[in-house]
Amino acid sequence: MKIPFKYILRNFWARRLTTSITLGGVALVVFVFAAVLMMAYGVNKTLASTGSEENVIVTRKSSQGEITSIIDRETANIIYALPGIAKGSDGKPLASGEPVVVINLNKKSGGLSNVTVRAVAPPAFILRPQVKLKEGRMFKFGSRELIVGTSIAQNFEGASVGGTVKFAGDQWTIVGIFDANGGGFESEMWGDAEQLLAAFNRSSYSTITFKLANPDAFDGIQSAFAKEPRLQQFEPKIEKKYFEEQSEMMATFIRILGIFITVIFSAGAIIGAMITMYGAVANRTVEVGTLRALGFRRSSVLIAFLIESLIISFFGGCIGLLLASSLQFVKISTLNFSSFAELAFSFALSPSIIINSLIFALIMGFVGGFLPAIHAARLKIVNALRAS
Amino acid sequence: MANAITIESVSKTYQRDKMSVPVLNNVSLEIPEGEFIALMGPSGSGKTTLLNLIAGIDRPTKGRILVGGTDISTLSETSLAKWRSSKVGFIFQFYNLIPVLTAFENVELPLTLTKLTKAERKRQVELALQVVGLSDRMNHYPKQLSGGQEQRVAIARAIASDPSIIVADEPTGDLDKKSADEIMTLLTRLNKEFHKTIVMVTHDPSAADRATLVRHLEKGDLLG
Repeated sequence: MKIPFKYILRNFWARRLTTSITLGGVALVVFVFAAVLMMAYGVNKTLASTGSEENVIVTRKSSQGEITSIIDRETANIIYALPGIAKGSDGKPLASGEPVVVINLNKKSGGLSNVTVRAVAPPAFILRPQVKLKEGRMFKFGSRELIVGTSIAQNFEGASVGGTVKFAGDQWTIVGIFDANGGGFESEMWGDAEQLLAAFNRSSYSTITFKLANPDAFDGIQSAFAKEPRLQQFEPKIEKKYFEEQSEMMATFIRILGIFITVIFSAGAIIGAMITMYGAVANRTVEVGTLRALGFRRSSVLIAFLIESLIISFFGGCIGLLLASSLQFVKISTLNFSSFAELAFSFALSPSIIINSLIFALIMGFVGGFLPAIHAARLKIVNALRAS
Repeated sequence: MANAITIESVSKTYQRDKMSVPVLNNVSLEIPEGEFIALMGPSGSGKTTLLNLIAGIDRPTKGRILVGGTDISTLSETSLAKWRSSKVGFIFQFYNLIPVLTAFENVELPLTLTKLTKAERKRQVELALQVVGLSDRMNHYPKQLSGGQEQRVAIARAIASDPSIIVADEPTGDLDKKSADEIMTLLTRLNKEFHKTIVMVTHDPSAADRATLVRHLEKGDLLG
């Protein structure tokens, strides 16, 4: 007892102006919805790709991020001696004690912003093979030289090869630019750990990162930390997991704020869909009466109008998603609440964002179309026919 | 001859706000099978209401309506819809064709409620359009047809599922004289050749002349 599908489809063309306006409204809301999710996912993805499954990062327990963590050299030496850490060709542990600080730099777009300076030991480049020089040369250990990530080079004044930045009472020369497969390291400046510690008159690292001898070695590392009284205040984590967790606070904030805003927007789109569908019912009251007189049931009329609303919202959702997918080519830079430093990331689309956006669009269509569809189904045949 | 339609002491009252408005008062009528009856009367006399009750698109406040032996006043909403789809053909004053469907698709519409296959439906539609003389216009949309042609498509739609009763509400009310004559000739043919029982509401005496039986209503009462 279904009303033919072509009746529904051709009515879109017959009411193309109102259909297009509703389609546009739904598309805009879905665009914002998808963009917010893509932004949150972009942050997740960027920071998650920063870490490796094969590396372990050690921080002080209860530190909120790398810059609030402190590990003294004595502790560092205990950690370096733990079994389960991979060794380099020289027999030394593949580990990097890293002081991490935040400095101010002028943005090209105007104003000051925080930038993370990570100072590393030579094994850092074995631990992070994704860090590759793109321009210039590697900094020399023992000198006040820096290499900067591509996002820093793009967004900050003077952050190009040959430029200098002033911090800790000294001039640091930028000698190279690196990329890191789109990861968070691209939003950092790297230099020699010992030089940075001396410049800041510090003796402690912020974190220690080392490579596992094998993937199963992490359990042994954890129990070693649990057993060794001098390591009780420190916590080892798989590097990838650590950076994922670092992204969570910012991603959650973006997600909650964004979804709150889009839910408010969606009320507008739902009202738009409702007005369109009430208009559709009002324009076709006689048709509804005729269909019912011919023998089509109330439920058939209800389903036909609901399907109509769902189709509009589905295609509106597809258009919104298509527009949002173009944001993947956009890279933005903003303050990461966890590190209090600038983080550059791209909008990223995932299958779950596509599914959630389309479900969101269909919910708008359903809510917007339900009351008008009920109204159409409940029309008395005699009254509907009299509308002519 | 058996009665196609039996109306027993039917009354209909509409509620307008808090007022009851009686439209039909204790009407009884028997319409034998194969009859072509014209219901006449001034506006507000209750003729369209009586037609709607016979067609099963409205329910009486009191009384019984038997069509083909079925008491349609007791049928559920769903059963009544099913009954209408198989037993009643509708012809409206303003044709009530679906504007986004072609003539073929409009005629096919009631057949989509049956179990006929697509090929069987196609055969039925072509036959119905042939009867009304519009075989060459089956792919035209209503707006591409004249008023008379639209009404002929509506008649084809009414007969496509081969119902026993055809109800026509002012079928010539929106047509010029020539088209009106053509429509009445067609209805007469349906009655004579295809033995359809036709109940027609009309203001037009020349249309009523084509009927085999004419009954008048006035202020909700059936005269005579």
